[in-house]
Amino acid sequence: MSATESPDDILPDLDEPGSLPFWQGCAVGELRVQRCVDCELVTHPPRPMCPGCRSIEREWIATSGFGKIWSFINVHPPLLPAYSPLAPFPVIIVELEENPKIRFVGNLVAAPGAPINSVAAASISIGQRVRVTFELVQDVTLPRWVLAD
Amino acid sequence: MRDATAIVGIGQTAFSKHHVDSELSLACQAISLALDDAGIAASEVDGLASSVMEPNREVEVARSVGLGDITFFSQVGYGGGAACGIVGHAAMAVATGQCDVAVAWRARKRAAKTSRPWAQVSQRVADKSMWSRPFGLLRPVDEIAMLTRRYMHEYAATRDHLANVALGARRHANLNPNATMHDKALTRAEYMNARWISEPLCLFDNCLETDGALAVVITSAKRARDLRQQPAMVHAFAQGLPQQHQTMTNYFCDDPLRGPAWTAARKLWGTADLGPKDVDVAQFYDAFSPLIPLSLEGYGFCDRGEGASFTDDGQIEIGGRLPVNTSGGGMSEAYVHGFNLILEAVRQIRGTSTCQVTNAEVSLVTSGEGVPTSALLLTKER
Ligand SMILES: [Zn+2]
Repeated sequence: MSATESPDDILPDLDEPGSLPFWQGCAVGELRVQRCVDCELVTHPPRPMCPGCRSIEREWIATSGFGKIWSFINVHPPLLPAYSPLAPFPVIIVELEENPKIRFVGNLVAAPGAPINSVAAASISIGQRVRVTFELVQDVTLPRWVLAD
Repeated sequence: MRDATAIVGIGQTAFSKHHVDSELSLACQAISLALDDAGIAASEVDGLASSVMEPNREVEVARSVGLGDITFFSQVGYGGGAACGIVGHAAMAVATGQCDVAVAWRARKRAAKTSRPWAQVSQRVADKSMWSRPFGLLRPVDEIAMLTRRYMHEYAATRDHLANVALGARRHANLNPNATMHDKALTRAEYMNARWISEPLCLFDNCLETDGALAVVITSAKRARDLRQQPAMVHAFAQGLPQQHQTMTNYFCDDPLRGPAWTAARKLWGTADLGPKDVDVAQFYDAFSPLIPLSLEGYGFCDRGEGASFTDDGQIEIGGRLPVNTSGGGMSEAYVHGFNLILEAVRQIRGTSTCQVTNAEVSLVTSGEGVPTSALLLTKER
C-alpha cells in the first residue's frame, strides 16, 4: 500500500462486468470509453444498450487521454475516514479532447503517483489542458490527471 | 387533474435536532394533526403516498393512526425530488377515483441510517457512484458544488448571489416561530467568512439537518368546499426525469446545467392555465443555495444565466418580485426532504404564513433540482 492509500478507500467493484473493461483499460494504461458496434455512438458511463440505436453490441475503445478541465471543487470536512486526512483536496471534471460531451470525474495531481491533495485548488482553472495518468490503489488502477502543457 | 383535488389539511411536528420520539411516532403525529386540521376522520382515509426513503411502511402508519381500508398506496423515488410527486400521486389517485381521501407524508430523523446514504457507502461500489466516489466526490454537496462552479464560470455568478439566497431564507425564518433558525440572524459578513464545505459552497449554502414529520390531506374539490379550511387547489402537477439524466452526478449529458426542473416545468405549465408571471409566491427546493437560481431558470421566471442576478436587490424576499421560501425553507426552517415547503405553499394560499404574501392566489412549490423531480402549482379556489 502506498503512503496515500487507506484500507477504507472507496473503489470500484471489479465484479461488475458492464464496467470492468474500463478498469482493465486503466490497468494497461488506456483510458477507455464504450462505443456502439452498430452506430459508433460513444457513451460514458457505460450502459448495456446503445441509447442511439438500441443495439446491445458494445465495444471499448481507447481515448486520446487528453482533455480540458470542465469544473472543479475543493473538498473540505466532514468526510469519510479514508478521505479526511487528505482534506482539503480538489476534485475535477475533465471533458475529453476529441469529444467534449464525454466527461470524467477525477483528480488533478502534481505528477504521476502524487497524492490527490498535491495540487492547490487555487491554482486550478476551468479550461486547463490535462492528460491522463494512472495510479494503482490496492488492486484497482484509477485514472488521475496531470497538466498537459 | 386540473383543479380536481385540493389539499385540505396540513400537520407537522416540531422541528428539532434530536427528537426522542421514533420516526413512526412522528409520522403518526403529523398525520393525526393534518386530519384534525381538515376535520376528516382517520377511518375515511383510503389512500396513502410516501417516499421510497420513508422509514415507515404504510401498514404501520395505517394501523397506528386507525386509517380505513386503503385502496391506493404508492411511493415516489429520488430523495429530495420526491415530495411534490408524493402529493401529486395522491392527488391523481383521488382525481381518478382510486381513493377518496389521501394522506401524503414524510418523516425523517437526521441520525437515522436512511438519512445519510452517502455515509453508508461500502468500500466497493458497483452502481453509478463508481464513476465519482473513488475520486473523493463523496457527498451530495460535492456533487452540486461541481455544477455550481461551472454555473459561476458560464454566467459570471458570484458568491454574493448565493449569499442572497441564504440571507433571504434566514430573514424569512426570523419571522417564523417554528423555524429552526427563528432566533438566529445571518449577516453577509458571516456568510463570507464561513468555513468551506465543498468550495465554492460554504456552510451557509447547505440546508439544515432536521428531525420532524409533516403530512397533508388531499380530497376532491367537491368535498373540499364543505370542509373547514380554505382549500389549496391542486391546479397542476408534474414530474421530471430528463433524457440522459444521471441524478446528482449529472455531468455526462449534453447540457448538465439544464436540469430536471426544465422537464417538470414544461409539463407543469403545459397543463396549467397559468404561467410563471401569474405566480405570487414560490417555494423552491433548497438543499443547496445554487438550486434557487437553477430553479428560477428552469421554471421560467427568467432566462438561462439570469437566475443569479434575479436574487439581487431583495427580489426573492418578502415584498420583492417573487418571494421565495417564505418559511425559511430547507436552509433556515427545517430540512425534511422538502416536504415542509409544501405546507408553506398551502399556508400562503390560506393566508396564514408568518411571511404572508398579500392576497397570494397562485403558489408554486418544487422538489429537488438535480435529481428526478416534481412540482405542484396550488391556487385559491377560482
Ligand atoms: Zn448504436
